Order: sequence, then structure tokens, then C-alpha cells
Amino acid sequence: MSASTMAGTPNRAETRAIKRSPYPGWFFTPAAIIYSVLFLVPTFASLYFSLTRWTLFDSEFIGLENFAQFLREPFLIKGLVNTVIYAAVTSGLKVVVGLLLAVMLTSQIVGRGYLRSVIFFPVLVSTVGVGITFTVLMHPTQGMINETLALFGIAGPGWLTDPNLALYSVALVDVWKGVGLATVIYIAGLVAIPQDYYEAARIDGATPWQNFWYVTLPLCRPATSTVITLSFIGGLRTFDLIWAMTKGGPGFASDTIASVIYKQYQAGFYGLSTAGNVVLFILIALLVVPLTMFLNRKQGHE
Amino acid sequence: MKKRTSILGGAAAIAATFVVFVIPFIFIILMAFKDRQQSALRDFSWPTGFHFWENVVEVVKTRNWMMITAFINSSIITVVSVTLLVIFAAMVGYVLARRKTRWNGLIEFLVLAGLMVPPAVVPTIWLLQGLKLFGTLHGMILIEVAYNLPFSIILYRAFVATIPRDLDEAAIIDGARPLDVFFRVVLPLLWPVTVTNIVVQSVGIFNDFTNPLYYLPGNANATVQLTLYNFQSQFSTAYNLLFTNILLITIPPLLVFMFFNRQIVAGMTAGAVKG
Repeated sequence: MSASTMAGTPNRAETRAIKRSPYPGWFFTPAAIIYSVLFLVPTFASLYFSLTRWTLFDSEFIGLENFAQFLREPFLIKGLVNTVIYAAVTSGLKVVVGLLLAVMLTSQIVGRGYLRSVIFFPVLVSTVGVGITFTVLMHPTQGMINETLALFGIAGPGWLTDPNLALYSVALVDVWKGVGLATVIYIAGLVAIPQDYYEAARIDGATPWQNFWYVTLPLCRPATSTVITLSFIGGLRTFDLIWAMTKGGPGFASDTIASVIYKQYQAGFYGLSTAGNVVLFILIALLVVPLTMFLNRKQGHE
Repeated sequence: MKKRTSILGGAAAIAATFVVFVIPFIFIILMAFKDRQQSALRDFSWPTGFHFWENVVEVVKTRNWMMITAFINSSIITVVSVTLLVIFAAMVGYVLARRKTRWNGLIEFLVLAGLMVPPAVVPTIWLLQGLKLFGTLHGMILIEVAYNLPFSIILYRAFVATIPRDLDEAAIIDGARPLDVFFRVVLPLLWPVTVTNIVVQSVGIFNDFTNPLYYLPGNANATVQLTLYNFQSQFSTAYNLLFTNILLITIPPLLVFMFFNRQIVAGMTAGAVKG
């Protein structure tokens, strides 16, 4: 922070300085209006409407009934559990695979440009398009994946039709689409590690594995915490891929909170849908805030 | 010896990524070239005849040229909302980085909240209906601006902090008004991060499916993602057309990727290494 005149306790001269500031406060206004009206107002309104039975025209206050229903209906609880599983699986895999790919891409390997482009491109492709493509590829009898496995004599599972597997199949596709982002974040983190550390490790006679475990891994922690936070929040909020691939099915086997919110909205249960939104918000706050605090605390130890 | 292993490793990596990441795209292209009968097999085979152009014409003509409407709508939404995002977010990021007031903490909190908190959809629909914006392109544009402002503000604020204050102070001493300082001195200097913003946000908004699904119902306002989603049931027996559609909407991101690869990566990794 530069020694600006605005710091410290405001007296009259300073108040005048603020008024004539070359950095006028009204620069915030357009963004503030749009953000407040279309994001903050609905968010606060949701706190009230989640406590009502709501038809958009009138609402009847029913207290915590919507939330009670959320915890009573087995398929709603299923959605809650699935959301956490999905977020944990996708962010875990993105960390592991993203880091490995990044280590590979920062080493002296041929075809780096090709590898990087190929791994990153799916990030930019339409999620619905990816979802439809993999729904076709994962078809239990006519999909390319199982037909290929059959060539090796393996009977492929019903990726999206087996209730125990559907959620994980979608999560795998999510990793396929999103791991490129984790990889480039890790590459940025790995490139920023000073070579001196590796030099010192080499003099101490470290094996490549020790190099990775004691130098690379601790020093790319900022990248790790970014990847985890980004993909965990993204995983908790995920909707489009699940909706394009399974619509929460078979049955409710791959429903997440976001797909439950949409289904309740379609069915006209606006109060319940909004309660789902509040549940998702609480879930994100409960899981992500401690997670970021944990990741940052560890960072302070270094 | 070292060299040899790295070439072998490279070859293995190229083969593995080809199977995992490239084959699905080749599959999309092959399917888009097939006729209806062959595409129904959904196998990885060479097209018996090239029907790409017929497929494109048929997809585009479906439901009264809905694809054309959708491409126009998606382009309008993307261009207008990214323009507004760039200007408004740059203004906020600029003042936020330059001027320290007690409001900064609150603003930064709101920016982070905007990245984390899921939008409350039904209350937003209720509000848009009250404002007569529900189901209109105007409403959709404002929604995209509201939801994507936090990310753009973060990019701009970090970049403004790297521009020497002397530049804007010199202009101020010369008597330039705040708006002139911003639009003539600062905004041109922000060009690199503006390009990053434009590229990252346009890909995101063009590919957005969830928000148009909620806030933009109806055929007249369809976007490309909604059209693809609707065609999924319409073309349930015509895989060649479905995949032609997928191929068509993959072209814009592919062009962006070819020309702006560096900016995209820069934007998406922003803040990752700070720590």
C-alpha cells in the first residue's frame, strides 16, 4: 500500500481529498447495481422463500418444513451424499492426475506442445456436447468403450445404467474434461519453484522419488490448494454434466443437490427448490471454508 | 541413455493421451460424416460415404432454422455481456487497487462470495419476472454479467497493482478528469488482461448451459447449448445429426483455442502461484 493520503483517521481535509479523489467511488456503481440486484437480492430472498410454500405469486410461511422434508426424503438425502462424493472424487482425481501430467509436461519429454494442447482442449468444449458424446461412448452394449473392452475379452460394466456406478462414471468424464485446467495450474506452480532446491537435492544425492516427495510436492502447495478449492466448489455445484448424461438416473442414483434443485423447480415446488439452494450454500460454506483454512495453515508452516 | 528414455516416455505419453483425449474428438468427426444408418451403429469406423454437408444442412434447417437463431442469440449474449463485464470490472478493479478505504474489505468479501455462493435460481426468476426481464436476452445478459463479475474483478485488480501509479498521477496533474484518466490512460495499459478476460469469459458464457436453461426458456430465445440439449431427444435416432451439431458448436472454442491459447492459460491460472 503506498503512502496514500486517505489512510488514517479522516479529518476535514482528508474528507475533501476523498471527495476529489482521482479514483472516484462511483466507478463501483454499475457493477454494484447489477451484482446487488441480480445476485445479492435473490440470495437474501432465498433465505426467506426457503421457509415457505411458494407459487411465485404468493407464499405461505411454513417454517423449517422444507428443510425437514429434505432430511426425511431418502432420495433428497441421496442427492446430498452424492454431491459430496462427486466433489471429493473429482477434486481428488484432478489433483493426482493433474500433478502427474504437469510433472511429465515440465520434464524433458518429446511432444510437449502437442500433449499440452490435447490435455487442455476439453476444458473449452461445451459440457453438454461432452456429456452427449460420452453417453454414446459409454452405452453398455453398443458403446465404443465396452466394444473395445470386449476385444480383450473383458465384459464392460453398464457405465451409466448401473446405479452403483453411474455417479462415478459421470465423475470420470468430469475429470476427463477438467483435468487440463488442473494441469496448467500445476505447470504454473512447478515452473515457479526455484531450481536451487533441485540443485541442493542433487548434491545430497536425492533419488527422483525423493525429489518429488520432498521438494516438488511441498513447494507446489499453493497450486494444490487452488486446484482443490476450485474443483471442490465446482464439484459441489455441478449440474450441466450430470443433467446431460444421466438426468440424475437411473432412479435417483446420480442425483446431486443441483439436479434436485432443478427437478423441484420443474415440478413447481419452488419453496423446496429454494431450500435446496440454501442447503447447497450451507454445504459449500461448511466444507469449503474449513478446507481453505486448512490448506492455508499448512502453507504457513513451510 | 537419458535422452532415449525420454523419447520412449514421450512416445508412450503421446499414445496414451491420443487414446484418451483425441479419439473422442475423432469419433465426433467421423459420426458427423456418416449417414443415418451407419451412424446408428455408433462404432468407430470409417464413413462409407461423406455426408457432412447434407448433415449440416439438415441440422441447420431443423425446427425452422433454430440453429441460426441460436447462434445469433448466443453471439449477442456473449458479445454484449463480455463488453459490459470488461468495462465494469476494469472500473472496479482499478479503483479497488488504487484507493484504500474501509469499504475495500467488504468489496473483497463480496467478490469472494460471488465466486463461491451458488446463485439462488427460483428467487432470481421471481425477481426477473418482476423486472419484466425473465426470458429476455437483456435479462440473460445482465445475469451473465452479475455472475461473472467477481472473476473479472480479481483479474483486473491484480493487474492494476502492477501498473505504476506515476502514470495515472501524471495525467491527473495535467488536469485530466477521472473518466479521461481511466479510459485514455489506464484502460489501454490494461490491454493484456483485457484480452485474457475477453477470451476466458466468452468461452465460459458461450458454453453456459445452466443459466439459459433456467432464465431463457422458449424456442425464440434458444442458445446453442440449449438447442443441442433439445436436439438430444429430437435426434435420438439420428446420431449423425446429433454429432454434426456437437461438431458445429465445438468450432468457436476451437478457433479461440488456436489463436488465444496463451491468454486462456494465463487467465485460468491467475492467482494459482501467488500463495
